[in-house]
Amino acid sequence: MASMKEIKRRRGSIQSTKQITKAMKLVSTVKLQKARQKAEKSKPYFNLIYETIASILSKSANLDHKYLKKNDGKMDAVVAITSNRGLAGGYNNNIIRLVERSFKKEQAFIYSIGKKGKDALERHGYNIAGDYAEVINEPLYKDAEDITELLLKRYEAGEISAIYIAYTNFKNTVVHIPTLIKLLPLDADEIQSQQKEGDISTDGAIMNYSPNEEVVLDEIVPQYIASIIFGALQEAAAAENGARMNAMENATNNADELIDKLSLQYNRARQGAITQELTEIVAGANAIE
Amino acid sequence: MENTFKLRIITPDEVFYEGDVYMVEFNTIQGRIGVYAKHIPMTTVIYPGILKIHEGGKVTSAALISGFVQILKESVTIVAKACERPDQIDEERARQAKVRAQRRLSEKGNIDMARAELALVRALVRLEAKNKH
Repeated sequence: MASMKEIKRRRGSIQSTKQITKAMKLVSTVKLQKARQKAEKSKPYFNLIYETIASILSKSANLDHKYLKKNDGKMDAVVAITSNRGLAGGYNNNIIRLVERSFKKEQAFIYSIGKKGKDALERHGYNIAGDYAEVINEPLYKDAEDITELLLKRYEAGEISAIYIAYTNFKNTVVHIPTLIKLLPLDADEIQSQQKEGDISTDGAIMNYSPNEEVVLDEIVPQYIASIIFGALQEAAAAENGARMNAMENATNNADELIDKLSLQYNRARQGAITQELTEIVAGANAIE
Repeated sequence: MENTFKLRIITPDEVFYEGDVYMVEFNTIQGRIGVYAKHIPMTTVIYPGILKIHEGGKVTSAALISGFVQILKESVTIVAKACERPDQIDEERARQAKVRAQRRLSEKGNIDMARAELALVRALVRLEAKNKH
């Protein structure tokens, strides 16, 4: 059995680790709430853009638009959203695994948002085309717009054939789902099938596009993509803090358990020492008599 | 009232405006339009300009920067990248943006003329909204 002193030291060290994990849990709880509120606020914007695109696509079946056609580039662009810091359970690993499962090293440009994902993917031999690590802490719409502009330019130049985004979907505090969404080319069938019927009622009248569908799509599609990226950034921020909160809560619970166990060991060791001392004294007294 | 319609203005950060209005005016890429109730359904693209909301004798102005608008029979929805009330506009920043854009326009051989021009228009709209409304 370990000595009393050793057990005591270990218990002390676990105690201070527990204090840290507990504090981190509280911090991420607050951050989670903030991130969640922000994510809620931008939802109507995203939904509306999505509905509008769906309705344009459903009403004009034979559109020949640059964002609808698949171009011949060989590479895919993947926007991967992870965090800058660890200690968030499987949060970063889930996204990295999702990317590795879905794309081959030679076929993907990674646009990484978040340091952890960038480091890991780079180590595994992926081609990092862009790094926006500073964005994740406080996602701004402008950031999403900048990334969109860059991606669209490369897409239009034919350098990339499709744009994907990998992020963690924040379902609720405990359930976070790593998600992969295809941003471009727009898949008309997929969008239509996801749209619930009767979302947009034009009262039977036909929607007019002024000056025409193409110009409107030119404007809306970049806005649509920026809004998805922005939404994903906010969801990811919420999910990151949620994941960290859970991880830290587990760590705190584990620390509690360990402390209990060590306390028991310590008390046993103390009792053992006292018993031994008593026996020695009694034996000593007996020897004198 | 039967002559009003539901107006919603949505930006990435917030629902900017939601309410029943009598008329709304704004710039589109094809010129300035005013929309009353019972307009034909239309979707069009916004050009930077002053947005005016007419509701029961009161007119509210704001700087509408870009986005698109969806007009339905009973409602109008403006999906804007940015829409700012005069008190939300940073005048100093807009003035700096204006100077920057003017400089870029005066440079010869600048390829991105269209972009610089748009930046200038945006800055001017913000300044106008700030100072006149």
